[in-house]
Amino acid sequence: MPLVFAGVCSHAPGIRSRYEQADQTLREGLYVAFDEMREALEATRPDAIVVVAAEHFANFFMNNMPSFAIGMADFYDGPIEDTDWLKIDKVRTPGNRDLSHRFITEVMKGSDVSYAEEWRFDHGIILPLSFLTPRYDIPVIPVNINCQGPPLAPLPRVWSFGESIRAAADALPERIAIIGTGGISHWPATPDSGKINEAWDRDFLDRWVRNDREALLAYDDLTVYADAGQGGFEIRTFLAVSAAAAGAKGTVHFYAPIPIFAVGCTIATYQIAA
Amino acid sequence: MSLYYVQKFLYELNRDEKAQQAYLADRVGVLDGYDLTDEEIQALVEPDIGLLFHLGVNGQILMHFAAFHHIAWADYLDLMRQGIATHGPVREGVYAMTGYEGVDAHTSALGQHGRTAQPTNTEGSR
Repeated sequence: MPLVFAGVCSHAPGIRSRYEQADQTLREGLYVAFDEMREALEATRPDAIVVVAAEHFANFFMNNMPSFAIGMADFYDGPIEDTDWLKIDKVRTPGNRDLSHRFITEVMKGSDVSYAEEWRFDHGIILPLSFLTPRYDIPVIPVNINCQGPPLAPLPRVWSFGESIRAAADALPERIAIIGTGGISHWPATPDSGKINEAWDRDFLDRWVRNDREALLAYDDLTVYADAGQGGFEIRTFLAVSAAAAGAKGTVHFYAPIPIFAVGCTIATYQIAA
Repeated sequence: MSLYYVQKFLYELNRDEKAQQAYLADRVGVLDGYDLTDEEIQALVEPDIGLLFHLGVNGQILMHFAAFHHIAWADYLDLMRQGIATHGPVREGVYAMTGYEGVDAHTSALGQHGRTAQPTNTEGSR
């Protein structure tokens, strides 16, 4: 089946853990936007959701860091974070080992990836799922792009990876959705936490909505770091979804800098022809 | 200096409850087998969040260590700021990539000051 859904959203832990500290109008608007994204996702009746995230040293470390990794298990436990800290309960999310195996086999025709038969979710995946599949009843295929420990995959390789994901989804009989999670500009978990470069974010989202490959690949890590922080490296997850959307145009349903959440909170989708 | 092993210890601690129990039982002994300097050992045992940030520990690793020690979010941020003020710029790692000179310098570089935020809903077909 052709890909049925493509979107991106934020995954910052503060969205759950520091909810009470945020501006009421902004936080409620974000939660409404998440819920509308859930409705749009459910309406496409996906058999599985490919969640392209940038994990934070929950599974992968610099002793053997994959640029691209895909989960291949029947279940995924998480989050690794303390329940009281993250305010998301421990849960077992369903996977589908057979589907992952076939998906990875297809992706490998275009991109080199690592596969993982063991994977524990952190906030990068579980926070979006807590909104988008709150009953954790849709199988997930977790995908990780290393956005934390340089050297990082160059953006053209990320784009190619996104194209490989699309080709794999289209080649399988199942209805596959793809959701990228990450931040745009942000300085998470550093003394600069809460700083957000709103102008940079809006320019990025303009490129993302237009799905302008050339403009999206024009970034380089040094200027991203200077303008958008180390959290800006996570644009890779957004770019992978752009590539997977194969030219479709997008809509930003919600964007607002929410400093206590440490990111410009974003909900956006592409209008792909399902 | 062995930032890699400092981070590796914290990575393993963050995701393993048994490692956390071992750390609480014997904070020094649990560091056996990691190639660490005395300064790094001190920072991990105390714990000294500010020094660990100065040494270059990634915040995505460090924030879990702070949460494990029941350090509140605002205090965690302050401890890192104090670490930079006390010890100087981050020595190594991702934050040293272009030099880390502190919050004020970053704010100034970005031309940001106090501002308010409004949500955006850029309508297309939904």
